[in-house]
Formats: sequence, structure tokens, C-alpha cells
Amino acid sequence: MTYPENFKYTKEHEWVLLEGGQGTIGITDHAQNELGDIVFVDLPKVGVTIAKGQTFGSVESVKAVSDIYAPVSGEVIEINAALATTPETLNSDPHGAAWLIKVKLSHPSEVSELLPVADYQKYIGV
Amino acid sequence: MPETTALLLRTPLFETHLACKAKMVDFGGWNMPVQYSSIIEEHTAVRTAVGLFDVSHMGEIEVCGPQALDLVNYIATNNAAKLKPWQAHYSALLYEHGGTVDDILVHRLPDGNMFLCVNASNQEKDFAHIKQVTANRFDAEVILASDRYSQIAIQGPKGLATLQKLTATNLSEIKYYWFTDGAVSGTPARIARTGYTGEDGFEIYIAPSEAARLWNELLRAGEEFGIKPCGLGARNTLRLEAAMALYGHELTASINPLEAKLGWIVKLDKGDFVGRVALEKVHAAGPTRSLYGFKMQERGIGRDGYEVWIDGKPAGWVTSGGPSPTLNKNIGLCYLPAATPAAGASIQVIVRNTPVQAVTVPVPFYKRAKV
Repeated sequence: MTYPENFKYTKEHEWVLLEGGQGTIGITDHAQNELGDIVFVDLPKVGVTIAKGQTFGSVESVKAVSDIYAPVSGEVIEINAALATTPETLNSDPHGAAWLIKVKLSHPSEVSELLPVADYQKYIGV
Repeated sequence: MPETTALLLRTPLFETHLACKAKMVDFGGWNMPVQYSSIIEEHTAVRTAVGLFDVSHMGEIEVCGPQALDLVNYIATNNAAKLKPWQAHYSALLYEHGGTVDDILVHRLPDGNMFLCVNASNQEKDFAHIKQVTANRFDAEVILASDRYSQIAIQGPKGLATLQKLTATNLSEIKYYWFTDGAVSGTPARIARTGYTGEDGFEIYIAPSEAARLWNELLRAGEEFGIKPCGLGARNTLRLEAAMALYGHELTASINPLEAKLGWIVKLDKGDFVGRVALEKVHAAGPTRSLYGFKMQERGIGRDGYEVWIDGKPAGWVTSGGPSPTLNKNIGLCYLPAATPAAGASIQVIVRNTPVQAVTVPVPFYKRAKV
């Protein structure tokens, strides 16, 4: 699977797509592959404030639970409700249909701390 | 690669697993495959067709000599004297205080010697324990023989048909929990109709030098049935559905088999054995806590170590838990006060600081249809 050029990444294997003052957040293909069959996704509610570096939800595979860390700070404005019934989409389309949440950025300058695609790919060794 | 990888033990199939693109993990000091394709796919293959497991990390202990049977009967809870030659059973090694050293399989050979299959990460401990509690008591030798054996499990409804292609031994004549010595693809093999999946199947004990060749031949033999190599991930979901204990979870040094609802392998009237006095007391008074099956009723998965509450108060803990691919429900095993009803009791599993509603259910969660 390719890693989109227009995403920014974290060492905790989240991605964020920035559009205007909003960010769409997901987990990377590397993350889903390490987790294996994903069976449960726990997401925050719309309106909740998340803080960069803090956990805002979790993803469970058959074998383990993994926390998801906020790549940026902001207010949750939308969640991907479809993942409640079809968490397996995270295995098949982690960079697309299985985005997790959308946030309104509260500290847009944090974006500069995220990894560009080349750095992330180097980090995971692909 | 992390430096610690070099310190992990490897089975003779290590290179084979890497070639199969297995995801490897540290399991009790062993570098083992956790999955090859997907835990759910591998799990389903075992329930509907056949799956192949490398269980070479398991330990083998041989007890040889005129009093081999007496020795085993003294160290293990089940009554080995009831075993016929070529028969096997599940048993447990206990400390004097009744806690569990390990859960094991005992095989009785026709020459009077005994063959024990023990858990991988417990083998050195088991061996030392057995030597210590039997010192100068029996005319029998205890040998840690793990280096001479690799073990491959062929599990699932098509396990017999798969293995039968590679052996002249008539496998249908081996009953469940019986075994024989024969040959598989020309190499000597101990062939046991045992397993840890809740399905029919076989576990074969072979020379380590033959393991990779046999693994590949078994994969070819099972190809027409849709065989899949299976990792420890599927092994765990399969045994959990069958509610089979995993040492370190349902059984530990501070948990005795009566608490784990394994009274059927504890024969208090068979004569003296290590831990008998302690278990007689537990038996007389009744255990204060017991192992229960549970099913999640709300969204959430109860995992190993999570607290369990009843009526708003801490009551126990989860020993194993996860999604059941066969039942498509989140299930688990937990310890609760022994007075708790085995079915229908309302409990709350504390999932990341949030109580999530669950209910006790009878085990096993899954039982295969008898043919």
C-alpha cells in the first residue's frame, strides 16, 4: 500500500490530512498490519477536545488493544460512525474509508512537528 | 531488528516461518509465529478444514524405569494408573501448597515408561520440580528430552485426511487422547490424537532435523482441503472458545486446579501425590473463588488482567478474553467468588476505567459436533 504524499505522519503510526483549519486523522497501513484483524474501534464523541500526544481512542485487534494518539490538538467535529459496525475497514482501507475522526485544529503550528511521508517511510523501513 | 531478538529461542521451523511471511513475537522467551495471514482466517480454517501449528517450543519429559508410573502418579494430579498403554490424559503438577506448577499431557508407553508434554516456558521449572520432589523415592529416571523432539499439530475436521496421506498408520483407529508410534513421510513419529483447539486433530512428535521437511509436506498434503499455517494468535482464540486453560492465565502458582474447575483431573483418592493434602482441604471447604466464562453484552472486550466488578464492587479479574471468531461475540474467562451463578450473573468488566456490562455463561463457549 502506498503512503499518500499529502498526509503528515507520527511515530505512533497515525496520519493526518490537513485541509484549511481541519484535520482528518487515521492510522497507517503499517499500524493496521502490525495489529492484524481489527475487531473494535473506540472513538471520542463529537465536541470533545483532544490534545496532541494524548490518547483519544483505541483500536482492538483479535490479539491486542492499541491506543491511538492525537497527532494534533483540537475539537472533534466528526467521527467515522461506520467503523462501529465495520471495524475491518481499518485493515482494508486505512488511508481512505477508515479515517477515524475530523478535528478543528486549535494549535495549527503543531503541524510542523509531524513527519512528511519520506521521513515516515524511512522510520518504518519501507 | 531489536537486539533482544538474538536472545530468543527458535524452533527448527524458524526459517520456514519467516519464508511463510509469519509475524513473529516473543512468547515466553521463544520467537514464535503469532500469525501468517490473519488470526480470523487461520481460526476459521481449523474450525472448518485444517490448520497446521508449530508447537516445537513445547517441552518433553521422559520418565523411564520400573517405577515410572508410580513416579508420575506422585507428581501429577490425575490417576496415571488408569491409563492403558498408548493412552494419554490431561493432568497437573502441583506445589505442596496446592498451587499449580504446570498443566501437562501424560502418555503411557507399552514398555512402562511415561512421556510428558509440558508447557514451553515451564519446562526447566517442571524438570527441576520433579527432580526435587521425587529425589531418591522412585526407581525411575527423569529426562528433559525437549532437544530430541519437534512437535507439529494438525488440527481440524480435515486433520485426519491430511495426515493420513503421509502415514501408513490407520489414524481412524487412534481414539481421542490415544497415541501410537509410527512413521510420517518415512521418519519415526509419535502420533497422538490430542490438541488444544477444541477440534479433532493430531499432534506429532518428530526429530527436529525432520521438522521443516514434514511441515512443508503437510502443507502440500492439506492443500486440497484449504490448509493454513496457524500461529499462536489462532491457537489462543481456538483454545479460549474451547475454554481450555493456559498456564499463566487460568492456572498459576497461586491458583489450584479445583478453583480452575479442573476437579476432573484431580484424583484425591488415588494415593499420595504432591499437593494432595492442600487440595483435600480446598475440596472439603469448597473453593472460595472459581473460574467462570463470560460474554460481553455491551461494546468492549474484556482482556487478560482487567478487573471484574459485581454490584459496584471489585469481585475478580479476567484471565483470558477476546473476540470469538466462531461465535462472533466477545468472550472471556475470569475468576469470581465461588457462589456466583455459572450462568446469567450480571458482571461488569472494567475496560480502561469504564465498567462494561457482561454476563456469566457456561463453558465451553464452543463444542464441536460429535461425528
